[in-house]
Amino acid sequence: MPKVKIDNFEIEVPEGTTILNAARQIGGDIVPPAMCYYSTLKGSGGKCRTCLVKVTKGSEKDPRPMPKLVASCQTTVMDGMEVANITSDEVLKARAGVVEFLLLNHPLDCPICDQAGECHLQDLAFEHGAENTRYEFERRTFEKIDIGPYIKLHMTRCILCYRCVYTAQQLTDGRVHGIIGRGDHAEISTFIEKAIDNDFSGNVIDVCPVGALTDRTFRFKSRVWFLNPMDAHRDCPTCSGKAVVWMYGKEIFRVTARKDKYGEVHDFICNTCRFEKKGANDWTIEGPRDIDRHSVISQNHYEGAVTVR
Amino acid sequence: MSRKLLLEHAHIEGINTYEVYRKHGGYRSVEKALKNMTPDEVVEEVKKSGLRGRGGAGFPTGMKWSFLAKPEGVPRYLLCNADESEPGTFKDRFLMEKIPHLLIEGMITSSYALGANTSYIYIRGEYSWIVFILEKAIAEAYANGWLGKNILGTGYNLDLYVNPGAGAYICGEETALIESLEGKRGNPRIKPPFPAVKGLWQCPTVVNNVETIAAVVPIVNDGGDEYAKIGIGKSTGTKLISASGNINKPGVYEIDLGVSVEEFIYSDEWCGGIKNGKRIKACVPGGSSVPILPHFLITKTANGENRLMTYESLADGGFATGSMLGSGGFIVYDEDQCIVRNTWNFARFYHHESCGQCSPCREGTGWMEKVLWRLENGQGKMSDIDLLADVAKKIEGNTICPLGDAAAWPVSAAIRHFREEFEWHVNEPRACMERNYGLVKEPVATV
Repeated sequence: MPKVKIDNFEIEVPEGTTILNAARQIGGDIVPPAMCYYSTLKGSGGKCRTCLVKVTKGSEKDPRPMPKLVASCQTTVMDGMEVANITSDEVLKARAGVVEFLLLNHPLDCPICDQAGECHLQDLAFEHGAENTRYEFERRTFEKIDIGPYIKLHMTRCILCYRCVYTAQQLTDGRVHGIIGRGDHAEISTFIEKAIDNDFSGNVIDVCPVGALTDRTFRFKSRVWFLNPMDAHRDCPTCSGKAVVWMYGKEIFRVTARKDKYGEVHDFICNTCRFEKKGANDWTIEGPRDIDRHSVISQNHYEGAVTVR
Repeated sequence: MSRKLLLEHAHIEGINTYEVYRKHGGYRSVEKALKNMTPDEVVEEVKKSGLRGRGGAGFPTGMKWSFLAKPEGVPRYLLCNADESEPGTFKDRFLMEKIPHLLIEGMITSSYALGANTSYIYIRGEYSWIVFILEKAIAEAYANGWLGKNILGTGYNLDLYVNPGAGAYICGEETALIESLEGKRGNPRIKPPFPAVKGLWQCPTVVNNVETIAAVVPIVNDGGDEYAKIGIGKSTGTKLISASGNINKPGVYEIDLGVSVEEFIYSDEWCGGIKNGKRIKACVPGGSSVPILPHFLITKTANGENRLMTYESLADGGFATGSMLGSGGFIVYDEDQCIVRNTWNFARFYHHESCGQCSPCREGTGWMEKVLWRLENGQGKMSDIDLLADVAKKIEGNTICPLGDAAAWPVSAAIRHFREEFEWHVNEPRACMERNYGLVKEPVATV
């Protein structure tokens, strides 16, 4: 098994592991942020460029450093590889640049965005972003679109990570969801606004790192940090039935799939569980869910176990 | 006088028909390769010739061919990249329009060398009429037994198709070309795996420029050693240069690599000097994506040597004082041309053509365009110049495909060499407006 050294932490990982996944096995601050890579979606990654790292030593056999920064979610480790992430000034500068690019056309409407508090872009900007923008032009805007009765698409907030496209391709049948246009005027679309009519379409909300795809049954109902996330399950004939219910008192405000600490869902849930089962009797509550996040908003709220109100 | 290997017969009446082309020695290389040579011998000839990719990167073609993975029972493909969309480059168009059979002959010989039984010519959608020219030529080649089953009785089969794109610069990037050919959105793939291992339909694939494939014909006909005699050092053979801009004789020229830049610009054989007796101000020697050269670096390198039309000499001095041969789109600017406007024009192109997959290129190209537009119209600030350089630096090298680099290089080079001109645009906003739009009545608001 190849041995790889990331920011001077050594780890042995199976052949074919990417640098990002090796770093995740080490954990902690040295894990590069990832906005587009999603471990359960095949083909995702390589697009947002936030996970760029510097390979200072290619491998034991070929110790030359790689000439450019590489996307850690796509580059597989070699035996003896040495990688610099937060120890490299070049990487941090490039990452700050990428964050600036991602925020250029982002509306920064966090105060009215449902994703605020669990938004990856918010976390990323908090950690790596600048205080000011140097962009002095009109931002790109789009009309909001309803994708079916449950999902709202607000393209203005989109960072074009393609995660929802892969979700729609891989979880649902009949490809109606994709990207039209190109460059900074590219647009997520359910080809000419055709509703995604599928039992698993709601998962695009969970994979969206920003507030571009939101739950119409939850929009503007509450802020996520006012709610108590609880692990819950139900006997569902279509999906695993394992979910997180977000409660205020006895009332269930919304249902999401269970995300790991990198915000990735491993058991996708169906639309019935997500949108229709909101009664307290629908779910068997297992207990409070640990949310291990270091976002600006969750900083003082999710430490340790969450107490049930 | 330079030799002409590719365009020798280009001006003969009816050379685009099979009969005339054959009468002038056409398809000799196919006969020679299929009957007397093994595929490996053809690859060896190409290696010996020192032929380098003519699409822009200048990677040795023979080496590229020898990297092709050859697993058992998996088909291999040869793709011809005719998606020539670089501003300033129009050499492939000329070649395909005038002598389509040369490309087809090259495709057959190259496909044989690589063991490909299906090959594609991916042509840009805007060259719609050339699709018909090529299709007619392919039909003639089929009718005369140069394509199809059992070519020349050697048992070698080859099918050749022309596939028009839908009009995207990005589809000239080899992996985007493959995606587009597969019928998908033309987004570049993340490398590795390289196309030589997993290309079209996950099979080993070689993607070559039109001119590269055409150059295989004289290499096989006359031998690689003979071809390598032309040129200087590692730049061997002849190269098609599409000369444009403020010169007396714009057009497509075939030159021996190694001709001096001064000769190329001022000799009557080629560009014929600067138009209207003006002085030269700048030159982009290899298509819009290479760094621009200021007048004092065009004919001489930074250390005073003569600059030659070779891959090495044009790149002499790195990006600080050099440029690249690129795809051979030779654009000359006279003293009256505005570099800021020209840079904005290039930035606009890259903004329009960015595929939108990775963030630095998607957002950065648009940003650069807007800042340049502001500068060009006399509404810029002094800090905009450094901002541009910084944005370009942050795009460069951080993207999936080279489009990001191609967008960043011209901008940073223009600022490096013509900073005073950018500053003039900031300091003289009224003059900018007057120059761009004629006299303006209202005083220009400065931001």
